[in-house]
Amino acid sequence: MSDEREKYKNVAYYPGCALEGTGHAYNKSTKAIGKALDLGLEEVKNWNCCGAMEVKNIDPKLQTYLSSRVMSIASNEMDHDVVMAPCNGCYHNLKKAEYELENDQEAVEVVDQISNKAGHETYKAGEIETIHALDWIKKAVGEEELEKKIKGGLKGLKVANYYGCMYTRPRNIYPEKDQGEGSESTLKPHYMDDLLAVAGADNVEFPLKTACCGGAHTLSDSDTSTKLVLNILMAAEASGAEVIATECPTCHTGLEMHQIRAEKMFGKKTNVKIVYFTQLLGMALGLSKRKVGLQENISDSYALMKEKGIA
Amino acid sequence: MMSVGEMAVKLDGELMSASDMLSLGEQTLEHWITARDLEPTDKNKEGFRLLALHRQGAKGDPSFNACRETCRELVYYYNLITLDPEHVETLQRLNMMKLITSHLYYFITGKMEQSQLGEFCCSSKPIRSKLDGQIN
Repeated sequence: MSDEREKYKNVAYYPGCALEGTGHAYNKSTKAIGKALDLGLEEVKNWNCCGAMEVKNIDPKLQTYLSSRVMSIASNEMDHDVVMAPCNGCYHNLKKAEYELENDQEAVEVVDQISNKAGHETYKAGEIETIHALDWIKKAVGEEELEKKIKGGLKGLKVANYYGCMYTRPRNIYPEKDQGEGSESTLKPHYMDDLLAVAGADNVEFPLKTACCGGAHTLSDSDTSTKLVLNILMAAEASGAEVIATECPTCHTGLEMHQIRAEKMFGKKTNVKIVYFTQLLGMALGLSKRKVGLQENISDSYALMKEKGIA
Repeated sequence: MMSVGEMAVKLDGELMSASDMLSLGEQTLEHWITARDLEPTDKNKEGFRLLALHRQGAKGDPSFNACRETCRELVYYYNLITLDPEHVETLQRLNMMKLITSHLYYFITGKMEQSQLGEFCCSSKPIRSKLDGQIN
């Protein structure tokens, strides 16, 4: 195994708040595929909220601190080189904090001040690498090895891969992306497409793969969120997709909830199923539907998976 | 420039041509820009005014970049359709272009409503809902 692969085989795991609540199935399926692929996940000890939207909007420097604390524990207390965050929001915030600490002296001072007060080592830019669950599978396993481990696969399941808007934006906090062959693209991300294709999925051309789902407005302006989600669902269906694969708990929950709301509010029913990419990958690896938490999804895809002969 | 309401009617109606949908996308962006007291640019970026308008609209508001790829997809579908209008998938592509145009419209009008900008200034949802509640 190459040193590069080895580096990502055992990583610090930062599930974040959503994966302990609405995104529980994402947490469960992420851990399950890690086990199936012989990858090690060590949960960050005593982790805190990354600062999400709420703190970031009120006090961005405090959000930088909150994310830096997670990275400090993973790096300085647990001695990890890599921290993996499956939630787009957490991933984005940790990357943003890294960028701030690299480029903003005031942020460095604020983080140092609060870290001293809180009694832990101050995180310094470059001490740890933050990756997403997609990077994790890509880098620690890769398509070639993954293909060898697929059992049954996804049998031509038509999938629209939905990345959401925080996985690639803003571009400046993701310097490793857009670096040519093998790297992720911020314009047209493809890591999920690549992995699910290896697992046997038939990926459809889906133009709204990075479009906003209105997640941030879901409480303050539900109608706009519903319209945005309905449009995404309709585009997925028009693309021929049977399933939308997700990689963010906020997007996933938004798609599920507003699919129901769209029918109630606008009388528009869509049948496309919403499933985490880790659940699809898990089933392709031969894990049972229950093991990947398919029963926890609001969007009921049991019948479709059964019809397709998946897991 | 069509009003926001007129654009909604268009998007709910019959399938439009690729040029009409590109124009509708441009007009949606013009609303965002004029609502912020700016003059919409007449310049092109990469051959398209839509992309130049998006860049102008995102200045000072990085979150507006959440519709950057939507704009680029709109241009991509416009190119697919206009460069090969006889293609067997043209109807499907037009349908897709309509959904992309709608997404841009919902995203920007949603942002305007949240910011209480433009046509929504007196009918912004939180204020209006509260007033309706008091009147009724």
